[in-house]
Amino acid sequence: MRAETAAILLFLLTGLFSVAFIVVYAIDRIPHQTQFLGLALGGALVSLAAALIITGLKLVVTEELVEEYPPPLHAGEVDLIATTVEEGGTRLTRRRLFKLTLLAAGGGLATAALTPAVSFGPILRVKDFFGTPWTRGRRLVDENGTPYKASDIEEKDFYTAFAEGADKEEAGASVVLVRLPTSSLKLPSELQGYDADGIVAYSKICTHAGCAISMYRVPTFAPDEPKPALVCPCHYSTFDPASGGTVQFGPAGRPLPMLPLQIDGKGHLRAKGNFNEAVGPSWWGVRNRKPTP
Amino acid sequence: MSITRRVVTFVDERTASAPILRKALRYLFPDHWSFLLGEVALYAFMVLVGTGIYLTFFFVDSTHDVVYHGTYAPLQGQHMTEAYKSVVDLSLNVKAGLLIRQTHHWAANVFLVAILLHLFRVFFTGAYRKPRGLIWALGVTMLFTSLLEAYMGYSLVDDLLSGMGLVIGYSVGLSIPFVGANLMEWLFHGPYPGQHVFWPRMYIAHVLLFPILIGMLLTAHLLLVALRHHTQFKRRRAQSNHVVMGVPTFPGQTPRSLGLLLAVAGVLFLLGGLVQINPIWQWGPYHTYDATNGAQPDWYLGWLIGGLRLVPGFDLVIGKFTLVPNPFWGGALFPLVILGFLYFWPWLERKWTGDHAWHNVLERPRDNPRRTAIGIGVISWVVLVFVAGSSDRVNLVFGIPYTGQIWFYRVFVFVGPLLFGAIAYRVCKELQAGEKVEEDRHTAEAEARLATWSKPSQSSES
Repeated sequence: MRAETAAILLFLLTGLFSVAFIVVYAIDRIPHQTQFLGLALGGALVSLAAALIITGLKLVVTEELVEEYPPPLHAGEVDLIATTVEEGGTRLTRRRLFKLTLLAAGGGLATAALTPAVSFGPILRVKDFFGTPWTRGRRLVDENGTPYKASDIEEKDFYTAFAEGADKEEAGASVVLVRLPTSSLKLPSELQGYDADGIVAYSKICTHAGCAISMYRVPTFAPDEPKPALVCPCHYSTFDPASGGTVQFGPAGRPLPMLPLQIDGKGHLRAKGNFNEAVGPSWWGVRNRKPTP
Repeated sequence: MSITRRVVTFVDERTASAPILRKALRYLFPDHWSFLLGEVALYAFMVLVGTGIYLTFFFVDSTHDVVYHGTYAPLQGQHMTEAYKSVVDLSLNVKAGLLIRQTHHWAANVFLVAILLHLFRVFFTGAYRKPRGLIWALGVTMLFTSLLEAYMGYSLVDDLLSGMGLVIGYSVGLSIPFVGANLMEWLFHGPYPGQHVFWPRMYIAHVLLFPILIGMLLTAHLLLVALRHHTQFKRRRAQSNHVVMGVPTFPGQTPRSLGLLLAVAGVLFLLGGLVQINPIWQWGPYHTYDATNGAQPDWYLGWLIGGLRLVPGFDLVIGKFTLVPNPFWGGALFPLVILGFLYFWPWLERKWTGDHAWHNVLERPRDNPRRTAIGIGVISWVVLVFVAGSSDRVNLVFGIPYTGQIWFYRVFVFVGPLLFGAIAYRVCKELQAGEKVEEDRHTAEAEARLATWSKPSQSSES
């Protein structure tokens, strides 16, 4: 088959595919509509591409020509331009001062023009990073707002809780709850009394890169090694819930902040205070202060 | 007068551009398959702009909470942002919406692959050398701008995966020493997830600021290529640092380039129609307190995931002041080192080799073993970190313990590049030696032929 015939047939095929695209689009109840639309449009484009490539390779003159590269440097022109520019300032007498003040004018104007961008957000209000909704007595609720009872929390399972009434999306609002055998708890002295009957609560936001701690590695049958751990699925920072959220493995640079718990008269879980440390990923001042409600 | 003549007359009478047009038609394109990689990137960018414009007519740049009552049953009654809902609707309820969205996503992946392969081609052939250093710098800038652009694109959707990606990016920003927290608070209007104003900001950056920036870089890049003319491999005797040989824009190159444009677009629409990508209705909406295991970002961010995962768990702390939070090493310093290497490489090479000459003729990788070795070393560093980022998958599929793999990579990402660089150097040298042998054989054979041919003639003379 001659190349020209092939190209003409491919042009016709392009037309057919284009019509097919419109038809597929128009018929509502066609199954796999996305697939057929893609096939039709892709088919049209590929046919036209094939026609043009055949044209380019077989039907037009493809002889190679030679030409000089542009010269490395137009020395004469460069000289002329430089002279012209430099001569433009011959009338200036205090040239240095002129340039300096021009620079100041340009810089000042540019800075002024950029100033409104400061309105984007609070640049210096870093105390926002310490804010959490937790106060003494605040109840722990589930995603639907139902308060957790201590008896709801079972061993070898994993629960997400929020400060009652708080915005759940706020970084300080969410915690993970797990129950450990009280004999296995090895809380450091400053965290003594943070658990409630073996129930411990940690910030759900990973201290490495802010993802949600959404995995609980816990052996459900013997051998029960390795010990239970809270794991972030983004970069696999692994935290030990028995020893105050210390980092076991992975890139996190701080333990998980721990929320002290108590059980009220009705058996509901309540916060006994705020987290022991600031929540969320690290920044320059993250160790400076304790979190505040 | 023919129609063509009349059109050209019309144009020239109004623009006086006939001399420029004539020159443009005779611009020469040296021929080699690897010169098409940059073109593929350009055409993928065009598809991105085209499909992207369509998507803007349906996307809602709002993180306000809504409850889903659409046609997709598994999401019924779920809380989600308007942004996510608009993309679910676009995908499942707008005719051709899914086709355009998937094509857009595929085009982004192909765009970045093509840029990267183009960068490899330019690096290993020394095409960035004088007088093309500026073209190289513009290209490197475009690569990193495009990475950010692509990252914002999939963050905007606000499905579970994009939310996880965004908070990681936020944390890397937060980890910048001294100013990170202030910068992120400024950008997000408060600590993550920030205020609603952040979404329109990211949206306008993705659909206006960055595309314009990339478009301008692209224009400058191509303009400089044309002004200095293309580089070439020396295949014919006529080709040299002074003389370029190639097919003229018209008629030779035009149908080929248009053909390639349409082929790229065609393949992208076929992929968009036939091969599912990022089915966001399955991921579900993002909440700060939700995450999923086994989440993998788009391929071009794999090296950063690897970098973040490999760093041992520590923040650099002085007293109570946190000097360097952990994500900085893998998420910011690592890509900055690569960026710095790419920017400064042409200058470094000039410094080391003392070669300040003009180069219009390309080298093959084997012709410059040192450059090839360094290139392979740096690439394998990035690739190994990338592979380390897939340790969780390897653990899942092959059962190899995760922690063991990470410890292995913590060492091997530094040893491996030296090893692979040395191998590359050796291979180049061997190839050179092989060519030398071949050349010597040819010369010897030619001499032998000449000798046997000249003998009888001598004898006949006598």
